Amino acid sequence: MREIDVQTISDAVRELCIRINYELSGDMQEALMKAAETETSELGGKILGILEENLKVAKEEQIPICQDTGMAVVFLEIGQEVHFTGGDLEEAVNRGVARGYTEGYLRKSVVRDPLDRVNTGDNTPAVIHYQIVQGDQVTITLAPKGFGSENMSRVCMLKPADGEEGVLNAIVSAVKEAGPNACPPVVVGVGIGGTFEKCALLAKKALTRPVGSTSGKPHIAELERKALERINELKIGPAGLGGRVTALAVQIETYPTHIAGLPVGINICCHVNRHIRTVI
Amino acid sequence: MEKHITLPLTNELVSSLQAGDMVYLTGIVYSARDAAHKRMIETLEKKEALPFDLKGQTIYYLGPTPAREGQVIGSAGPTTASRMDKYTPALLELGLKGMIGKGKRSPQVIDSMKKNHAVYFAAVGGAGALLSRQIRKSRVIAYEDLGTEAIREMYVEEFPVIVVIDAQGTDLYQRP
Ligand code: SF4
Repeated sequence: MREIDVQTISDAVRELCIRINYELSGDMQEALMKAAETETSELGGKILGILEENLKVAKEEQIPICQDTGMAVVFLEIGQEVHFTGGDLEEAVNRGVARGYTEGYLRKSVVRDPLDRVNTGDNTPAVIHYQIVQGDQVTITLAPKGFGSENMSRVCMLKPADGEEGVLNAIVSAVKEAGPNACPPVVVGVGIGGTFEKCALLAKKALTRPVGSTSGKPHIAELERKALERINELKIGPAGLGGRVTALAVQIETYPTHIAGLPVGINICCHVNRHIRTVI
Repeated sequence: MEKHITLPLTNELVSSLQAGDMVYLTGIVYSARDAAHKRMIETLEKKEALPFDLKGQTIYYLGPTPAREGQVIGSAGPTTASRMDKYTPALLELGLKGMIGKGKRSPQVIDSMKKNHAVYFAAVGGAGALLSRQIRKSRVIAYEDLGTEAIREMYVEEFPVIVVIDAQGTDLYQRP
């Protein structure tokens, strides 16, 4: 049994919130740089140049990359040998988010109730997903999510007979309908299988994978490649103003499912795809 | 075409703008997004006066991050315009001439833009750090309790936007 004070988790969350809103992870920076090399539209190329410049300014002048600094999504993988001390874990995570967003000059974008819509003032609560794993470590993955792209996401309950083609169509049409709203070039996280909620969660998780990594399953890696190719034939382009680079990557996670179903979750993320991980 | 324009927008200026033009705006724009729009419409329904006169003005769909000591404003890029569609025609009827945001607009908004001779600009979404440099002054003039969603009067200089929908209703996102 390893004891971990929840304050350690809180401090780590605070730190991650701030870091990832001022500097994208290396995989995303690289993906954007590569995109700029392959874009053939003049305006599209210019916009990708603006995005690169924006990343530079954000880091150097300490201005958040985007004004939508997101709702904090936190994945906690907790080793079963860990014993938390020092108080409530969930409270600690939210305290970390509150401090990160306040002390880091980030935007408070969360309302306490989806209908009465009063801002909570500190960007809490976070959306927290817990998973119990082997070992005595805690892995924290933080993925603040902007809602321009979140709003264009969806779950499709396809039929088994729809097969691979059905999945491809669902992915491509989601990106097509998102168009300029999701701040392209986008990264598309897809979850296939499981149940209604499982596929959505897989899609969100897929977005936290290093951009450019491919699925370990050959047939799924092939599907990722095909989906990306078809999306980039849409010619939506950077900022939706035309061009080749509509998506930087399609990342798919799968799970076993029911004999009667083919659930597909499609979580669209903008080019400010923030994900950062730390192990405690 | 590249154009440099001084706000407020006049009918002549609006007429000179075509979908696809790169425009650099200098002058006053007002920030307002979801909650501020809702409140403005409720104000109008109560037959009360809006916090600023819309005539000839430009609204920037924006909710910035807080400014640090010494900064005018924090990150300040556009938010998705379609969420304001429900409220927009009423504001256009009162003389609103320009809107800055990102993403598609509804047919109702485009019709109202044609009728009221207005223009919709897009700023590059997700470039809030860079865009914030063009905002030289900013002060909250109404709805301070809404935090980031308050209405700000901002002075922008050479603020880069692209005309996406012009007053003829031509929509750059709908290109063939
Ligand atoms: S969709 Fe992403 S890039 Fe666009 S405004 Fe929202 S967080 Fe920023």
